[in-house]
Amino acid sequence: MTVDNETHAFIELRNVSKHFGDFVAVDSVNLRIEKGELFSILGGSGCGKTTLLRMLAGFEEPTSGRIFLDGVDITDQPPYERPVNMMFQSYAIFPHMTVEKNIAYGLHKDRLPKDEIEDRVGNMLKLVKMESLAKRKPDQLSGGQRQRVALARSLVKNPKVLLLDEPLAALDKKLREHTQFELMNIQDKLGITFVVVTHDQEEAMILSTRIAVMEKGRFEQIGKPKVVYEYPENRFVADFIGTINTFDGVVQDAQSGRVIIASDESGASLYALSDSPPAKGSAVCVAVRPEKIYISQNRPDNSEDVCLPGVIEDLGYFGNISLYRVRLETGKIVLVSAQNRQRTIDRTLEWDDEIFISWRPRSTVILAE
Amino acid sequence: MTRNSRFVISMLVFGYAFLYIPLLSVVVYSFNDSRLATVWGGFSTRWYGELLKNEQITSALFLSLKIGVTAATLATLFGTIAGIALARFGRFRSRSLFTGLVLSPMVMPEVITGLALLLLFVSLQQLIGWPGQRGFGTITIAHTTFAIAYVAVIVQSRLSAMDESLEEAAMDLGGRPFRVMIDITLPLIAPAMLAGWLLAFTLSLDDLVLASFVSGPGGSTLPMLIFSKVKLGVTPDINALATLIIVFISVGVLIAWSIARRMGKDSSG
Repeated sequence: MTVDNETHAFIELRNVSKHFGDFVAVDSVNLRIEKGELFSILGGSGCGKTTLLRMLAGFEEPTSGRIFLDGVDITDQPPYERPVNMMFQSYAIFPHMTVEKNIAYGLHKDRLPKDEIEDRVGNMLKLVKMESLAKRKPDQLSGGQRQRVALARSLVKNPKVLLLDEPLAALDKKLREHTQFELMNIQDKLGITFVVVTHDQEEAMILSTRIAVMEKGRFEQIGKPKVVYEYPENRFVADFIGTINTFDGVVQDAQSGRVIIASDESGASLYALSDSPPAKGSAVCVAVRPEKIYISQNRPDNSEDVCLPGVIEDLGYFGNISLYRVRLETGKIVLVSAQNRQRTIDRTLEWDDEIFISWRPRSTVILAE
Repeated sequence: MTRNSRFVISMLVFGYAFLYIPLLSVVVYSFNDSRLATVWGGFSTRWYGELLKNEQITSALFLSLKIGVTAATLATLFGTIAGIALARFGRFRSRSLFTGLVLSPMVMPEVITGLALLLLFVSLQQLIGWPGQRGFGTITIAHTTFAIAYVAVIVQSRLSAMDESLEEAAMDLGGRPFRVMIDITLPLIAPAMLAGWLLAFTLSLDDLVLASFVSGPGGSTLPMLIFSKVKLGVTPDINALATLIIVFISVGVLIAWSIARRMGKDSSG
């Protein structure tokens, strides 16, 4: 074990790669996670996120690169020596042991005195509200209860880092929402660093202090949920997180932070604000989120805004919001969502209505290709 | 619908009759008082008494049980190790060769396995003087050899159905690989091991061909004895012996089945 004084991050990955034969699952990744963070790694299936988590747990050995935890190089430590615990996607609850014995397993392996084990197991049961089910066998538990046993079991050893592999994927929608907040509360209470792997962007947005968006073994963007959502760095991130409308165009003019983009797809000039505008004449991709767009029957009089005429091709009523598919004169389809602020049954906008869509220049995102 | 179900029921009855009437007639005739096995001469349990007095039969039975228990235990030990290797060690080098070597005794004709083993034992005896006498030791080795394959297959299929993250979770919680095997893997594959042991035991008890090849003078197992006696005509005491074996095996299978069911329920969740 070598102590590295240069690194200050709690968890640090340096140029970590993992190859399976010819397939590159993780491609020389660098990552720093601070103590107490709830960090999410978000990506589609096969993007390498689970491999990365398994390398942190010690189940996979990196092909190259080093992993540090709290200044200690843990790359060569086997899973049973790492101060890291994992909650598995399948929960992996030992079927032949009671709830209590499942939670106590890790403490028994540490050869702790009997009454301390009882104490800590009791505290954990209380924390996850499972005291009354301590003597149950796993096959007598519901999905949500099993999830809590798995959580208690992975927390009882008081690990430096808790790794969670798709922690909520197996729960139904209502339970998932509830459990999200419970997870955050527990993390807050214990102050343990959580690293979550998930394919569910909503889950990542709600839970995390920071998100890393992963694709093809590399990070596309790492940042706070708000930053990743509102300031995506590239097209992949913008597309992957939430819904977004994109337009290809050419920069016509960029003066005092205000960028004018000509686009064949929009049929009119688009405006954006940027501190570091791209050079005049360069090809860019411009994007705007559906909820940033206003929809109106009359042309809005603010000439600063982007304003495009169109026809409502389709509309969907979701209760809290309505979603419109607007066809521009160029044939391009733009998604617009609007809050249903008024309580009314009459619809103000109907199929085939001719309308205008508009948005503020500051809502426009200029994306790198 | 009625005609159809009548047809189905009669097929069922016919099927069961085909399977069990021969066994039933053995049981019925074991209580026959007559010395002639095929003529009914009134109810009696005298043949069961005769059976116990027949030292030839009891010693063959004892030898068979001894071989069965030893071979089944050895086969369960080695078969479980092979099954774990097949299911858990991933794609190690020469894996398919290993699989083939482990499983081939299942499909190899017994006559050939028997002959090969006999030749092996004979040449070993000439080379190193062992086995000095063929009997318990050689038959046990022969039975172990082919029963390993069955145990390995049962254990392997149980393991591949089992979530591999159970073992990873135990390791993650601080269990060293050997501890994890004792704490998690073995309890979960115990029903498969029990099933494998019972199958190996039954196969050993049942085997005539291999035993005939590798046995020597004085080393007669029960099937060998029955087979040689039947050549001289069926005697009623053989019926009594067969009845006892049927009862013994039925009870054993029932116990094994209920244990496996209980353990299976434990680990299914």
